[in-house]
Amino acid sequence: MVAGPTGYRRPDGRVGVRNQVAILPVDDISNTAAEMVAAMIPGTLALPHAYGRLQFGEDLELLFRTLIGNGANPNVASVVVIGIEPSWTERVAEGIARTGKPVEALSIERHGDLQTASAAARVAQGFLQNASELAREPVDLSDLWISIKCGESDTTTGLASCPTVAKVVDRVVDAGGTVFFGETTELTGGEHLIADRCKDEATRKKFLAIYEDYVRMIEEGDADLFGSQPTEGNIRGGLTTIEEKALGNIAKTGTVPVVDVLAPAVAPTIPGLNFMDTSSAAAECVTLMAAGGAVIHLFPTGQGNVIGNPVVPVIKVSGNPLTVSTMGEHIDLDVSGLLSGDIDLADAGDRLLEVVVRTANGRLTAAESLGHREFVMTKLYRSA
Amino acid sequence: MSHSFLIHDDADDVGVAVTDVQASEKVTGVYMSSGKTVGLTSRAAVPLGHKIALRDLEDGAEVVKYGVRIGRTVTAVREGDYVHTHNLKSARW
Repeated sequence: MVAGPTGYRRPDGRVGVRNQVAILPVDDISNTAAEMVAAMIPGTLALPHAYGRLQFGEDLELLFRTLIGNGANPNVASVVVIGIEPSWTERVAEGIARTGKPVEALSIERHGDLQTASAAARVAQGFLQNASELAREPVDLSDLWISIKCGESDTTTGLASCPTVAKVVDRVVDAGGTVFFGETTELTGGEHLIADRCKDEATRKKFLAIYEDYVRMIEEGDADLFGSQPTEGNIRGGLTTIEEKALGNIAKTGTVPVVDVLAPAVAPTIPGLNFMDTSSAAAECVTLMAAGGAVIHLFPTGQGNVIGNPVVPVIKVSGNPLTVSTMGEHIDLDVSGLLSGDIDLADAGDRLLEVVVRTANGRLTAAESLGHREFVMTKLYRSA
Repeated sequence: MSHSFLIHDDADDVGVAVTDVQASEKVTGVYMSSGKTVGLTSRAAVPLGHKIALRDLEDGAEVVKYGVRIGRTVTAVREGDYVHTHNLKSARW
């Protein structure tokens, strides 16, 4: 076992494992200016995304929570926010500033991209130099908020990579840490198992209300999820039904109780295993969990989902020997020995915990080293 | 590796191949909870990660994996059959 984890303790007390200076566009049309800044000041991180104009109601609130949450994430040292108009831009910056980290807001109207990017680059340069002086310090395992979500699942995720993640979930929660899981759709067939694990009746009611609301949305829309759930990759990997997929998915949540139920992109307030209402699409889900404050993501995969995230290191675990041999550059931990009986689950859990600690200490994940930076907003409905 | 498939739970109707299984092959499965083994003969090729029936199942029978229902058969299934989308469907949608 390597020495314990280290991290960056932020002004709000939360711990991050990366030290990014983020250039955060509020809307799609500010992506260009944000990318200009990141090109002028190498080492800063632009976070382009597809939305942010003419959204309204709950969909707009979710956009704000997602932007503010990612800026507030402890993996981010400081943020330059760029938007087309001043008021939404300032709203995002003010939300992030509540963490006490340095934030600056710039809007493009009446300045243009070039003047805005130039002013933003000066701010970003100062932020980057200041961030470079921040040092890692020893932290507790329980300081690392961890999110979990699997992708391109097959039967090996249920046999190997998900139970491996479960071992780490139990260890982190037993140590007093915070873990979140989501994927509302992909609980179908096993939702009763999650309901049974809710810590009390109020939590159970909250969970079932979200789940049933989702099922109603599918039924009322007369949508046919066949072809989407399970996916073509799932079926190729041997998964036949949504129930079978869900049970493999749930296998990664460990044995601890579900302590709270969160709306998408909301930060947990209770240590333990939290459920967040999310889509099961990998990039959307990880982005929402990053907004909730996760600093490391554990991602079991069977057929080989290649996702990464710009804010949160995504650690891939696979137990499928074919995937490990054909897509090795995407896999951080091979647990295919669980299928052959060469290793046992306790072993696999120890190995994953070691990868978590090394990742916290600065080792790049496979996805980080390949440049995967999927930053994807969840859209609830069409814009005005 | 002495086994060809794994079984999650004692109540399960299906095992999961951990290697490519050929038709008419004598294969051994291991129960993950107890380590106990079971032997049967495959009636079809079952690719790695795909399911093999551990017992005969009637048309419309519930199919259990992880000790929980994962769907229903849409045709009769015999011990050693390959179980997938052609003979098992979701009971949910």
